[in-house]
Amino acid sequence: MNIWKNSKKHAWIGGVLAGVCCFGLGLAEGQFAVIWKKAVMICLECIGIG
Amino acid sequence: MKKIRLGVQLLFTILTNGYVYGFLNGKIYQGRMKYVCVPGLNCYSCPGAIGSCPIGALQALLNQKGFEIPFAVLGFFFLFGSVLGRFVCGWLCPFGLVQDLLHKIPVFRKRKKLPLHHILKYGKYLTLIFLAGIGSMFLFDGFAKVPAFCKYLCPSGTFFGALPLLSTNELLRSQLGGLFFWKLGVLLVIVFLSIKVYRPFCQYLCPLGAIYGWFNRFSLVQVHWEKERCISCGACERACPVSIPAEEISRSPECIRCGKCVQVCPAHCLSFRKRQGESLPCGTEE
Repeated sequence: MNIWKNSKKHAWIGGVLAGVCCFGLGLAEGQFAVIWKKAVMICLECIGIG
Repeated sequence: MKKIRLGVQLLFTILTNGYVYGFLNGKIYQGRMKYVCVPGLNCYSCPGAIGSCPIGALQALLNQKGFEIPFAVLGFFFLFGSVLGRFVCGWLCPFGLVQDLLHKIPVFRKRKKLPLHHILKYGKYLTLIFLAGIGSMFLFDGFAKVPAFCKYLCPSGTFFGALPLLSTNELLRSQLGGLFFWKLGVLLVIVFLSIKVYRPFCQYLCPLGAIYGWFNRFSLVQVHWEKERCISCGACERACPVSIPAEEISRSPECIRCGKCVQVCPAHCLSFRKRQGESLPCGTEE
């Protein structure tokens, strides 16, 4: 019971670790460059033109 | 607490939209900070935005040729979600701030929820799946991959991106068409509803709220409830802008951690800080 309770209490740490792993995978796949390329051009869809 | 929250919201909005040159010249920031997503719904075409919008980034990755799991954006979701949950919505989201300010306008009799709330609250999950998520890859523009949420719905993009850019950039203004007026209509509906109903976009349509809501039950930032101290007066539920009862506050995906319940509790049984060995996150069974 205590293990379950503690695991629930510290689940956020698992989430942070999962986030860090995802960052690593995203970095390896070059996804941050895709995000940057999209973000530095005016997004015509976002402003209702494209 | 109310003033602190407003201060944090204003400060964070100014910090993440502090590229003044963009507002003056109708351009957007193009530096390295845009590799990183901000936690809230903050259009990256806002002239002042210095970070990327997580929902825009999610769609940019899903709309690439072929299919790739959008790991980079999932990383941001896990990180912000696990630590903060929907605290992001209550304290750090610029469009949440806009809706909060609109709701303070003293006209109309205020409502916490729309009629059919119990059905409409699932709208944000549909938006996430069909407009911002995988659905957007197949359902719109003849199977062409478009960022459907940004293109057809996002009022934050219209408010923070389109209106400031169009007011200073004549070239963009000359290209306006039906799509812009559709999006302006969506924004006006949200603005009008926000004056009457508490954060209608967050409650019913925001895909980011749907994602962070999932993290609410185990995020680091929690509202702790001491069952033994609770006198069941219902003050917290009455003060809550979305009427969540004390025992459900922590695990509810609707709680934006505004702290109003903590402020009004006469028995001090609700708090952001856990008292050592005394309290449990709301809804947690021993």
